[in-house]
Amino acid sequence: MEYRLSLPIGEEEIMKINAGDVLYINGTIVTARDEAHKKAIEMYDAGKTLPVDFSKVAVFHCGPIIKREGDEWQVVAAGPTTSSRMEIFEYDFIKRFHTCIIIGKGGMGEKTAKACKEFKAIYAAFTGGAAVLAANAIKKVKDVFWLDELGMPEALWVLEVENFGPLTVTIDAHGRNLTEEVKQKAREIAAKIEF
Amino acid sequence: MKEKIANEIANLLSKAVIDLPRDVEEALKKAMENEEGVAKAQLMAILKNVELARKQKKPMCQDTGTLTFFVKLGVNFPYRDIIKDAIIEGVRKATLQVPLRPNAVDVLTRKNSGDNTGRFVPPIHWELTDGDDCIITAMPKGGGSENMSTLRMLKPGVGLKGVKKFVLEWMVEAAGNPCPPTVVGVGIGGGADVSMELAKKALLRKVGQRHENKEIAKMEGELLEAINSTGIGAMGLGGRITVLDVHVEVAHRHPASLPVAIAVQCWADRRKSIRIDKEGKIWNID
Repeated sequence: MEYRLSLPIGEEEIMKINAGDVLYINGTIVTARDEAHKKAIEMYDAGKTLPVDFSKVAVFHCGPIIKREGDEWQVVAAGPTTSSRMEIFEYDFIKRFHTCIIIGKGGMGEKTAKACKEFKAIYAAFTGGAAVLAANAIKKVKDVFWLDELGMPEALWVLEVENFGPLTVTIDAHGRNLTEEVKQKAREIAAKIEF
Repeated sequence: MKEKIANEIANLLSKAVIDLPRDVEEALKKAMENEEGVAKAQLMAILKNVELARKQKKPMCQDTGTLTFFVKLGVNFPYRDIIKDAIIEGVRKATLQVPLRPNAVDVLTRKNSGDNTGRFVPPIHWELTDGDDCIITAMPKGGGSENMSTLRMLKPGVGLKGVKKFVLEWMVEAAGNPCPPTVVGVGIGGGADVSMELAKKALLRKVGQRHENKEIAKMEGELLEAINSTGIGAMGLGGRITVLDVHVEVAHRHPASLPVAIAVQCWADRRKSIRIDKEGKIWNID
């Protein structure tokens, strides 16, 4: 199935989506990598207010190239980064912020799949490296946080997107994890190969 | 002269991150024609992105990588005293001009230097050669694929079968992480340092270019077929093509050691070279 989603979306819509479905997204997405995940969780646990309401946006594992032109930020390239690095944070992140769409590449593991099932979220993959394709779907840089402290790749870039995709859902809220299934099968095939 | 070479280095980097080598693009096209479903969709997106990058003169991937250089320096090259500074200056220029993503972080303070330079960065691999010219190859190396590098000190008793098994199993575990379809460099022998250097240098070869030693060439073919038979596919979403090619390089080893290093390059297998002659003339040599 192919879906065009306008953010924010509710639980009902998330439950309709299955692993293997293709999505195009409209609305606000926010970039967050290792450092941003860590900082957001630490701030939440310290009772501090976060600059972004992560429940209303999709979180995008991405460290973009952005340049300043006059008063505006211009996105040069913005493909996804490897999501498995965020595996150590994602359960705690989803539990605290109730983000319902995580976007990245390469797939995520058991803990993220568990969070997606428990808190009704999905993980979807954008084609890795397709940074110009992604940048073309980003219409505006709405805001940026933590830029001085974390630097360009790790900052929270708040982006307005239109038809952002195609995204392939690999983890749904029903417990399926497509990339793990592929990997498991590959392990079985590899075990039988004799050189 | 330093200024001139620095400008050429900045140009070289700009071309490297914007313009994917034709051999890689051709291999991706062939892969796309042989795939279906979700894998085909991934490859179509990649190829469209490659085209857009060229058209819009933008880096094909936001991770413009660690700007890695391989320099063949002629012992009689007249500008050998300025080449290192010119490369570093070229990196700074390119970071601003293209622009490239700043990818050099201080290990202790976690501060990003902002210009892609820092302690031992950019990495430059030097090789002294006969003659009076200098060949510089730039390989912007993304972090996602670099994280799938590894080194294993195998027991010599496992032999080449054990080496192949290790490479296969490693690439299965790497799965979608290094942005497949990838190019895999394998360095065997030589010790821990030499094997990794060889694995990296193996990535400089063109896709489809076999090792001149028939036995090594055969091993490359076997590994290519074995990894692709596992069905990891483009981006780890399942499919026939997981690797575009496997390149193996070897060195003599210590009798007690069998080092095997693996370096993985994402589909954005970016590399570009220039030659500078003794008059300071600069030639593109891809």
